[in-house]
Amino acid sequence: MNEILKYTLMIVIILFTLTTIAAWLIWLERRMLALWQDRYGPNRAGPFGLFIVVADTIKLFFKEDWIPPFAEKAVFVFAPAIVAAAVLLSFVVVPFAPDILVADLDIGLLFFLAMSSLGVYSIVLGGWASNNKYSLLGALRGASQMISYEVFMGLSLMGVVMLSGSFRLTDIVMAQKDFWFVVTQPVAFVLFLTAGIAETHRLPFDIPEAESELVAGFHSEYSGMKFGMFFIGEYLGIILISAMVVTIFFGGWLGPVLPPVVWFTLKTFVFIIFFILLRASLPRPRYDQLMEYGWKIILPIALLNLLITGGITLLKN
Amino acid sequence: MISLLRSIGLIFLHMFRKRETIQYPEEKVVLHPRWRGRIVLTRDPDGGERCVGCYLCAAACPVDCISLQATEDEQGRRYPAFFRINFSRCIFCGYCEEACPTYAIQLTPDFEMGEYNRQNLVYEKEDLLIDSQGKYPGYNYYKVAGLAAGVKGKGEGANEEPPVDIRSLIP
Repeated sequence: MNEILKYTLMIVIILFTLTTIAAWLIWLERRMLALWQDRYGPNRAGPFGLFIVVADTIKLFFKEDWIPPFAEKAVFVFAPAIVAAAVLLSFVVVPFAPDILVADLDIGLLFFLAMSSLGVYSIVLGGWASNNKYSLLGALRGASQMISYEVFMGLSLMGVVMLSGSFRLTDIVMAQKDFWFVVTQPVAFVLFLTAGIAETHRLPFDIPEAESELVAGFHSEYSGMKFGMFFIGEYLGIILISAMVVTIFFGGWLGPVLPPVVWFTLKTFVFIIFFILLRASLPRPRYDQLMEYGWKIILPIALLNLLITGGITLLKN
Repeated sequence: MISLLRSIGLIFLHMFRKRETIQYPEEKVVLHPRWRGRIVLTRDPDGGERCVGCYLCAAACPVDCISLQATEDEQGRRYPAFFRINFSRCIFCGYCEEACPTYAIQLTPDFEMGEYNRQNLVYEKEDLLIDSQGKYPGYNYYKVAGLAAGVKGKGEGANEEPPVDIRSLIP
């Protein structure tokens, strides 16, 4: 009974914290983007413009919740929920600190990969149900991007799994006691980060959205809080990928002096800000270029990395 | 790959640059003297209205936002009975200023004309007239015009000789 209460409380707290942070990332992103474009960004509403998020949310709630008459109604309504739900489910296995995690699955890494790839359903279904050619093109791109980048996202992590000998995320963190995996697996880190950006559809890999070509891609027809769900899903995705990068390559909660949660949060925010920096600086590749990178360059590198890691592990034993 | 990293680094360094934004209500924009903003009607050095109601500004206006009615006082001096500018139509092109033969209508460096009610953007003559000579101090149309309209007597204007006594033989 006590155990159940504890986990319920933990889930509620984690959910609340994550959605709140995801909402305030809107502010963070706008401020940081402005910073890198020699502007100030939103700085009027409340201290440092923090209340812009409140204003944005109220606006989203009061907007007309429009469902186009030509859309496939049930799927159209259902699609935005998938992305937020899938990403939130992946957070089940993220170890924020030794005692702050919902479930310490022994297939934690696989669970994360499975759940984060479920997010693509929201894009495909949303794009298809909108019954709009731009949305469909966006959905198509989203699906193909997901398939190609999912492959080496998993492959790049296998080197880490080899070194730590476990799929359990807490074991992976504990295996980094001496030095972080980013030291031993730098190639895997770069590959995973690239795949993670593609996974969250952030710039420069936002080709399913591609507002300069496809209006707004898969969510062209969405408005109000349904659009908000896509948005929250995207920001949650950024948090998730940053958290996973930190867990797998940067020693998770490990660190001196400060409590583990603070270390985890600090490291995660560094990567969140790096995501925003990427958005500020890099142009979007063409669709076919993206696929070419994926299959012709990154996949062979991932396989090679796996081979070399395996060889060295064998030699050591 | 190196160019990507380089652009990421360069963008990061922008953090420490000076901001381009002008924080408007606290910080004001520099408006130059020729800036075309709110339209005013100026007065001559003696405090009379410069406008002679010639309708040239209304004719030059590409959006037809100026309307006026000319009239005359008992000394023959022309002035507008009413002068109305609808600033919700005005595009601040400055053609009225160019057309004006008496330097009466002028554009000023002021743009803060926001209103909650659209009707309040229609300015009447009282709103337009200012107690200033604007960009052309010292200019008085009736001093240089040939017509006597109570401002000067015969031959008293600028660049004018006193009238010749045609009955006298003295040069």
